[in-house]
Amino acid sequence: MTEITNTGFLKKILSYLPVILLFISVLNESDFNYSGIEYFSFNFSYILIFYYSLKKSRSLGYGLIFIAGLFNDVVIGIPIGISSLMYLLICGFAAYLKNITLRPSLTKDWMFFLMTILVVNSIFYILLILLFSYEIDYFILLTNIVFTFLLYFIFSYVFGLYEKLISGKYYA
Amino acid sequence: MEPSRDDFVIAIRSAFLKKGTQQRFSLIGLIFFSIIIIVLGNFNFKAVNYLKISIKEIVYRSSFIISVPENYLKKTISVTKEHFELYDNYENLKLEFDTLKQRKVLDEYNILENKRLQKIVDNFYIESNEIFAKILIDKQSPFLKSVVVNKGSKDNVKMGMTVLDGKYLIGKIVEVNYLSARVLLLSDLNSKIPVSIEPGGLQSILSGTGDSHGIIQYQKKEHVIEDNSIVYTSGAGGLFKSGIPVGKIETIDPSLIGNKKVNFFSDFTQLRFVKIVSYKVEK
Repeated sequence: MTEITNTGFLKKILSYLPVILLFISVLNESDFNYSGIEYFSFNFSYILIFYYSLKKSRSLGYGLIFIAGLFNDVVIGIPIGISSLMYLLICGFAAYLKNITLRPSLTKDWMFFLMTILVVNSIFYILLILLFSYEIDYFILLTNIVFTFLLYFIFSYVFGLYEKLISGKYYA
Repeated sequence: MEPSRDDFVIAIRSAFLKKGTQQRFSLIGLIFFSIIIIVLGNFNFKAVNYLKISIKEIVYRSSFIISVPENYLKKTISVTKEHFELYDNYENLKLEFDTLKQRKVLDEYNILENKRLQKIVDNFYIESNEIFAKILIDKQSPFLKSVVVNKGSKDNVKMGMTVLDGKYLIGKIVEVNYLSARVLLLSDLNSKIPVSIEPGGLQSILSGTGDSHGIIQYQKKEHVIEDNSIVYTSGAGGLFKSGIPVGKIETIDPSLIGNKKVNFFSDFTQLRFVKIVSYKVEK
């Protein structure tokens, strides 16, 4: 594996994995955000964007995140621009946390992530309900927030291991 | 207190205003741009509409391509499952076929009589436009239960057209692009259609639940709806032609009002091809 990762080209491809994952999660028909399993769904894009904006912001450009948001809006059929705004707000929160953190700790990141998704999802639902008159099942949304929060811990560990594998640094 | 407030302002300013390393765009710039898009999307600007349609065409096709491996896997699993259930299915279908053959003879008389009576009251609709379309995307979101089809204004698809899966109603067209269109499914929370429940001819509203079934709304206590009653479109409001089969009634909780669940005849998760139709009164 060390031999493979040392190859410049493959390393570059592997470093694009967050971007590829983000676009696949947005464009693919199967979505964890609507898993079809009762009372289980989570927003993978939120976890991915928050983690990489916090730990390795150069892996996910703001421009690409903005485009991914536009794509997400089109695919799930909500007014264009809303997901982009939410994704970018998550980037903003993550950048703020990065600026104020001296000693990174996963628990602190995790708690801050909870606050972030609560604020972002509140703005998201207020926009959808008040501006665009969407009808929303609040229970589904609540379970979505809870699972997104819980799974951040696991995913940050997985992403940390992946980054360690390709760059030798552990970010979690 | 003063220094900590300064720190907060500096951290916020640095997070939102400063362009990060290797970032080509400023975060605050993109946030404002998103807000402008959301606001402009609310108004009917021609330029914005063209931009929206172009993005949609590109995204729908990209999504279709990206979902190819996943759809192939799903199809393989479904085919394998069908092979295992083949014999049981054959036995059931044979039984059903015999029953239907007998019923068909009786129905033919009823259909002819019904046509004759509807013509008398000027309510006999025929399909004036029929378009077959392939499902491009059926990504279900908690906000919108819809599918995207590969026919658009180029193929004469218009807003409000009825969408059928075989003979069963599945929804209507709510968005038309040049090469694609979006179908709002009956299961969507915002979908409300006038229906007639047979036997009894009870008029009601079928509402989507955001789940795989619908519910009967505005049901009075004195109206008894039996299980396995069939739900058809009523044609009220001119939204759909009357008599299109929708689903079957099932009682969820007998102690509740509004407890009638409608199991749709069509399985919305298995749609591959649909028929988009419009109707006109036969002269």
